[in-house]
Amino acid sequence: MDELLSEFLTESFENLAMLDVELVRLEQNPNDPDLLSSIFRTAHTIKGTCGFLGLPRLERVAHSAENVLGRVRDGEIALTPAAVTLVLQALDRIKFILDQLEATEAEPPGDDAELIDALNRAADGDMPETQTPPPAETATAPAAVATMAAEPESDPMMEGEPALLKPSDAALEAAAAAVDEPGVVGERSGSSVAAQSLRVSVDLLEDLMTLVSELVLTRNQLLQMVRNEGESRFKGPLQRLSQITSELQEGVMKTRMQPIGNAWSKLPRLIRDLSLDLGKRIELKMLGADTELDRQVLDLIKDPLTHMVRNSADHGIETVMERKAAGKVEHGTITLNAYHEGGQIIIEIADDGKGLDVQRIGQKALEQGIVDAAELESMPPNQVMQFIFKAGFSTATTVTSVSGRGVGMDVVRTNIEKIGGHVDLSSEKGRGTKLTIKIPLTLAIVSALIVEAGAERFAIPQIGVVELVRAGQQSEHKIEIIDDAPILRLRDRLLPLVRLTTLLGLTNDAGLEHYEQAYVVVSQVGNSRVGLVVDKVFDTEEIVVKPVSPILRGVGCFSGNTILGDGSVVMILDLNSLTGSLNSASTEAGEPLDTQQQRGTESTSLLLFRASDRTPRAVPLGLVTRLEEIDLGELEESCGRAVLQYRGQLMPLTDIHGSTSLQGEGKRPALVFTDSNHNMGLVVDEIIDIANDVIDVKVASNAVGTIGSAVIAGRSTDIIDVAHFVQSVFGGWFAERESEPYRADEVPRTRRVLIVDDSSFFRNLLGPILSANGYDVVKVDRATKALELRDRGELFDAVISDIEMPEMDGFTFAKTLRQGGAWADLPVIALSSHTTEQDLQRGRDAGFTDYVGKLDREALLAAISHSLELQEALA
Amino acid sequence: MSAVVMDPQTRIVDNELVSVWLGKQLVGLPVAQVQDILGPQQITHVPRAAKEIAGVLNLRGRIVTAIDLRARLGMVARDSAIAGMSVVVEHKGELYSLLIDKVGEVLNAPLDRYEQDTSALSADWREVASGVFRLDAQLLVVLDVGRVLQISGITPAGQLDR
Repeated sequence: MDELLSEFLTESFENLAMLDVELVRLEQNPNDPDLLSSIFRTAHTIKGTCGFLGLPRLERVAHSAENVLGRVRDGEIALTPAAVTLVLQALDRIKFILDQLEATEAEPPGDDAELIDALNRAADGDMPETQTPPPAETATAPAAVATMAAEPESDPMMEGEPALLKPSDAALEAAAAAVDEPGVVGERSGSSVAAQSLRVSVDLLEDLMTLVSELVLTRNQLLQMVRNEGESRFKGPLQRLSQITSELQEGVMKTRMQPIGNAWSKLPRLIRDLSLDLGKRIELKMLGADTELDRQVLDLIKDPLTHMVRNSADHGIETVMERKAAGKVEHGTITLNAYHEGGQIIIEIADDGKGLDVQRIGQKALEQGIVDAAELESMPPNQVMQFIFKAGFSTATTVTSVSGRGVGMDVVRTNIEKIGGHVDLSSEKGRGTKLTIKIPLTLAIVSALIVEAGAERFAIPQIGVVELVRAGQQSEHKIEIIDDAPILRLRDRLLPLVRLTTLLGLTNDAGLEHYEQAYVVVSQVGNSRVGLVVDKVFDTEEIVVKPVSPILRGVGCFSGNTILGDGSVVMILDLNSLTGSLNSASTEAGEPLDTQQQRGTESTSLLLFRASDRTPRAVPLGLVTRLEEIDLGELEESCGRAVLQYRGQLMPLTDIHGSTSLQGEGKRPALVFTDSNHNMGLVVDEIIDIANDVIDVKVASNAVGTIGSAVIAGRSTDIIDVAHFVQSVFGGWFAERESEPYRADEVPRTRRVLIVDDSSFFRNLLGPILSANGYDVVKVDRATKALELRDRGELFDAVISDIEMPEMDGFTFAKTLRQGGAWADLPVIALSSHTTEQDLQRGRDAGFTDYVGKLDREALLAAISHSLELQEALA
Repeated sequence: MSAVVMDPQTRIVDNELVSVWLGKQLVGLPVAQVQDILGPQQITHVPRAAKEIAGVLNLRGRIVTAIDLRARLGMVARDSAIAGMSVVVEHKGELYSLLIDKVGEVLNAPLDRYEQDTSALSADWREVASGVFRLDAQLLVVLDVGRVLQISGITPAGQLDR
């Protein structure tokens, strides 16, 4: 295609996209003169460029649209929705013609008389929907428009030889620059701006990127060679070369970065049109539009994003009537929010609509045979919602032009996972739905840990690695085998382990002897952690990710491959899918468990066991310090209670019924719970398994020692209340503990603590722990409810809040508290399963006093006690 | 010049071949698809891939998948005394390295000796052979690179340590 024409097309498409956005904004603020001028200018530029290239049909449509805008700008006609629709229609026509032009390099034949006529009539103030009377000075107006239209960039050339003239690039760029630079209407000063930026073809950038990648690899090889030589005269120059290469790499990476707003530019128009089509009132909020990401990533998420926003508008937001009936504000809001977090980009799409109808989704899943009734019965709502990601799934009862065709969310998820991202979904009936997408910043170069397993090397992207632990029988981090499953004790936590060689099918033998000297790569996948056992760990390297050859794509557990500094090829492990196979292997049914289903909500590592009957029981692994095998014959008795000599102490034991007088013989497993330096043992019949699952307590229990029942690994399981057992054994023990609640000397009053957590499990777990420690506890499941308590004048000494909650997350909650009100200075402690440095920083920025990992009760108690102390000291 | 003629079934027969040895068997690959001949290479094994896939190797900065041609043809593994070589072929824009025992020569096979019927061959060979040249000394089986690369089997995932 003619270079000039192709440049014109690119530029015009950009201008049109900009117009779309600005017009919708204008409709909301019809009195913004700057906006209006900018729109007028853009329309004018399009018209002007059409004139240059001799495209009469385009020019006529553009001219009429510009006419209307000109009259609006001059205050001669009012901007009504009808007028905006008309102008938007004109833009669509222009787009259509441009599309044809792109395909055939010629203007398509066609008649725009009707549209032009409508536009002209609108310019004269003649619109059926308009209430504005035609302006008095109609006669003078066209003249004014004509002068304006002919004014700046285009006039001399246009009047000369419009069809034949090929304008210089400078002239074209000047036209483009007028768009970039607001406030230069009618002046030719735009060219200085044009000189500062230029269009480069994407292919060229891609080639550059590939070349730089090769350069990085060669540099790495050279570095390795020189390193091996010891003293070398190449050292100096090589260092310089290395540095320049790094800078070059960074520079080229930057050229590929684009603000995410580029992917959003079509959305305001989309939402506007949808609102009209669907008879809804929808406001679109876009936050963090300048967040930058790799254009390759941007391209790949553009369509999924549009789809999700469209879904929110169509399925999520209710009609005005429905909203009124539900007592909500008339207009629904869709919020897009993008931000960087830990080398990833997080994009949230939230609406305040009606939320997902779990029942209907379940029903539909049943009809489509995705699930059977019994399974559905036992599924937590969050898991049911995940069905919308299944192929061919749509709950829309009627197929609208907007959505409900049953293609979409599965494609959305596939596309996002393809680039190493993933989608989370949360929804609450009547309150809205929120989709969270996490995607890597760039696909090209990542930092990776090089490890060895089974005499082969692999790269693990650093992003999934939490820490490295050297474990062994002699090391402080001991690996133990429980029911054939290896477990690492890591700072009083138990971490399930899996050998990389086994996962990859390199060896099949298990057993303790393999863990004599092991390196454990603690990896975070979704919300669960797993320890990957490898034989050796080399250093970390910046690697250039290359996609695996098509012939290897079916293998699945690799996200790519790369060439290391020494020239050898290594495979890059895809932790998501590797752990996916881990999950499927650990499900009893052997049926591949969709890992995505687990990511929907927080999953917890659970220890499953049996005691006294066949019902499986579970306890969060984080609460169990050790697992011991005890010989009932060796038990001693103290004050009528069974005790065991254990690590120089007497450890009281109990069974599942709370009976402390244990009878019987033979060896039995016992779960050891530790609090400070006190141990207690719960004697059980059998350890079954360790499972990663979402705890969703289905049936709250009144039975002593049980929090309730949940479905774990596909079976109904009782979740035991550890606090109950600890209390039953120790009784008054908590009163003497070091981390007792802080009490100011003279004022022996009970401290009041508010727990805000949407998970009933954690509320139920923390409640007893805190009460047992002498706090008066109030629990709510929403940040908004907490704010209601505040506004009602309730007083607390400290607030403990979860981070991930529907409606209002912990960060917003903390910020809101800090903004003022009675609780502005209260200690607020964040409770989260994510405790990376970034999380901590974000927590502090939001105004949290402290940030504690979930299940880390010791830290929590210390944090409360400490904050209260501090508070008291300040008062 | 590559002599391309139409055979009776109006199929294009490419008779310009690179011959390679697999044990005592002579095999031909179309010259047009051959990019490179390499000596012994350092190959990275790919876990869980099909058994015919020997691994991946670095060919001047490009990552190339290596196919064990013996495994693909159902032959016994190569005697470890023979170092082996590879023929790099191009298929749909991707490079693949076919592991062979040793390379023979580039030859123009006589078209009158061409036999398109491969039914005399074993099933493994029939799957990938496009025809046979009856050379004086012995038969030369022409391989269809596209079909050689149709490999589906993936070793199942490893079981957990439990």
